[in-house]
Amino acid sequence: MKKLMLGNEAVARGLYEAGVKLVSSYPGTPSTEVTEAAAKYEEIYAEWAPNEKVALEVALGAAIGGGRSFCGMKHVGLNVAADPLFITAYTGVNGGMVIGVADDPGMHSSQNEQDSRHYARAAKLPIVEPSDSGECLEFTKLAYEYSEKFDTPFILRLNTRVSHSQSLVELSERAEKDVKPYEKSVAKHVMMPANARGRHVVVEDRLKELSAFACDCPFNKVVDNNTKLGIITSGPSYTYALEVFGDSASYLKLGLVYPFADELIKDFAAKHERVIVIEELDPFIEEHCKALGLNVEGKNLLPLLGEFSQELIAEKLLDKSAEFTALDEAIPVRPPVLCPGCPHRGIFYIFKKLGLYVSGDIGCYTLGAAAPLSAMDTTLCMGASISALHGYNKIRGEENKSVAVIGDSTFMHSGMTGLVNITYNKGNSTVVIVDNSITGMTGHQQNPCTGFTLKGEPVHGIMLENIARAAGVADEHIRIVDPNNLKEVEKVLKEELNSGTPSVIICRKPCALLKYVKHEPALKVDTDKCIGCKACMKIGCPCISVVNGKAKIDATLCVGCGLCPQMCPKDAIKGGM
Amino acid sequence: MGKNIMIVGVGGQGSLLASRILGNAVMLEGYDVKVSEVHGMSQRGGSVVTYVKFGESVASPVICKGEADIIMSFELLEAARWLPYLKKDGTIITNTQQINPMPVITGAAEYPADLVEKMRAKGVNVIAADALSIAREAGSEKAVNVALIGLMSHALGFDRDTLVKAIKMSVPEKFLELNMKAFELGEAGSAQ
Repeated sequence: MKKLMLGNEAVARGLYEAGVKLVSSYPGTPSTEVTEAAAKYEEIYAEWAPNEKVALEVALGAAIGGGRSFCGMKHVGLNVAADPLFITAYTGVNGGMVIGVADDPGMHSSQNEQDSRHYARAAKLPIVEPSDSGECLEFTKLAYEYSEKFDTPFILRLNTRVSHSQSLVELSERAEKDVKPYEKSVAKHVMMPANARGRHVVVEDRLKELSAFACDCPFNKVVDNNTKLGIITSGPSYTYALEVFGDSASYLKLGLVYPFADELIKDFAAKHERVIVIEELDPFIEEHCKALGLNVEGKNLLPLLGEFSQELIAEKLLDKSAEFTALDEAIPVRPPVLCPGCPHRGIFYIFKKLGLYVSGDIGCYTLGAAAPLSAMDTTLCMGASISALHGYNKIRGEENKSVAVIGDSTFMHSGMTGLVNITYNKGNSTVVIVDNSITGMTGHQQNPCTGFTLKGEPVHGIMLENIARAAGVADEHIRIVDPNNLKEVEKVLKEELNSGTPSVIICRKPCALLKYVKHEPALKVDTDKCIGCKACMKIGCPCISVVNGKAKIDATLCVGCGLCPQMCPKDAIKGGM
Repeated sequence: MGKNIMIVGVGGQGSLLASRILGNAVMLEGYDVKVSEVHGMSQRGGSVVTYVKFGESVASPVICKGEADIIMSFELLEAARWLPYLKKDGTIITNTQQINPMPVITGAAEYPADLVEKMRAKGVNVIAADALSIAREAGSEKAVNVALIGLMSHALGFDRDTLVKAIKMSVPEKFLELNMKAFELGEAGSAQ
């Protein structure tokens, strides 16, 4: 049976068909739907872990225990999981294990562009890269087979265009895999120096075996069109190259990117007069080809930055530019914004009003950095808002005019260790947790605070205030506020900034997009009272505009959150239609 | 026959359902197909685009400048933004709804006037309709995506049965009647 599936759903189908027993992941665009789709199969135990390091360790434990396991994350998540990642090469697996990582060239939804292939080489693990949904399913299943054969985890490298494109896949039945027997092996699983020295030998020997396997494996493919031009490529770049060159080039499509198929690459290069390596981000394949002494081109023609497309390849390699029509005037940009009714909006307005230094974090609320709220000084990586604020304040001593802002899921991911660092090391910083009771940006995933598991089972949700208390923040400096009550937010914030002691302010209101959140009727402007002062526009709500000198609220967008009436000096905004 | 279709709009307007219906329709017609979507941060009220490509065999999942046969837009400014992606002789089907982007809200830019006329003046085929009103007439603003599919049906050139079947495959049973009505009203709108 053929089905139209997202690349991520096809990976999940591959997990199902390969008999995978356990999935543990942390959400991150563009990887999230792999785990969401896997959770829909009853046969697979699937969970959201609080962060990627935990997820990878859970998956490794499951593999050592004899079951096939998977963990999924975005590229920056692999940085968090790097510690266990490197160890997996040493311990090997028992049941097969695949680590799914989704890169985001072009940064559709990420803080950096990062090429995960470097991790494969650094950790000495094999990495496979599919080009479309069909290969997502096929490569996932094959990866489990060879993971067990070579006793190593495989990295499955995805990419925004593969993860979030749908194409046709052929479905098969699940091949149930019994849990393999567990045999205690201290030399293999206890990584202290004496044992690890022995295992490093195994790692290097395995790499050699994998390198030989790469030259004759089902992941790599040569399409020989008897041409002078040869293209070495992988992943989505293959589809762009195919669209531009068709039969006028031959292709070496690397599905198993590392370790390199040296003999296959040399043989392909020898058969072609001109060889171009087409790969997004870093010249990973190209540099290896050059190390092999091959005369190839690549980044001398193609960019290091951003996504590729058939248009870009045609332009750079064939000097062909697209023909198109455009209007003569500039079209205003439409950057993403906080949604109508977003509970994060008010707190950022107050940050700006008070002129605070705002140490930001990763989530929807990063949009508080954009105009007109413009209330963020730094956004670094998951959890860094709290730890970096501590460093900032140790240097500048500005605890009374600086704040960290972090979401509930990000706090659980890696924010709480930063809070412990503040209380332990005599810091006095104020931490604002914007608790919207969900992992918002990635599309509403449960987390340890929400009271539900990935599979939808109710659990005892962890209370953020209890963690703050356990971390050593005094009870009277743990404050819970309604973020849409601007007066209260401002008052509490001022009190805690001036308290001279560590404090945590929890802004608690669920995401306005959650199904259970009831919306109020749209608000309306009384045009007789409105003086056109634009005070209501300072909160950056996409529903409000000024028409003929008066504020106007778009009734199709407004959810009646009640924030803008608090801004109006003339009491001109009223509830109810 | 094969076509490149772009679905563009403002994050949150429901373009994922429209692309699912199209994807299913194309599959029923027996073509190879690729659909490329945007998830994550750009979805939050930003400009979003979905590519639907079908034909005998589809390689790249993306559509580039000058390659789209049809651009279906949920919002007027977005139709103008993605115009360079339209093929010569391609068709734009656009909702006339206007949603101000943040630079317009903050006063840093103005929403350009007369966009439909300006596109037509460039020789572009534009089908423009108030799809929101059509959806409202059908029973709910939420059916705006299916109303737009109705508006696109003639340009698409599929069997009507195929589109109807694809809608049935893609929307929950309890909303089927609403969506079918929106589709029919849209269809009638494009024929005028």
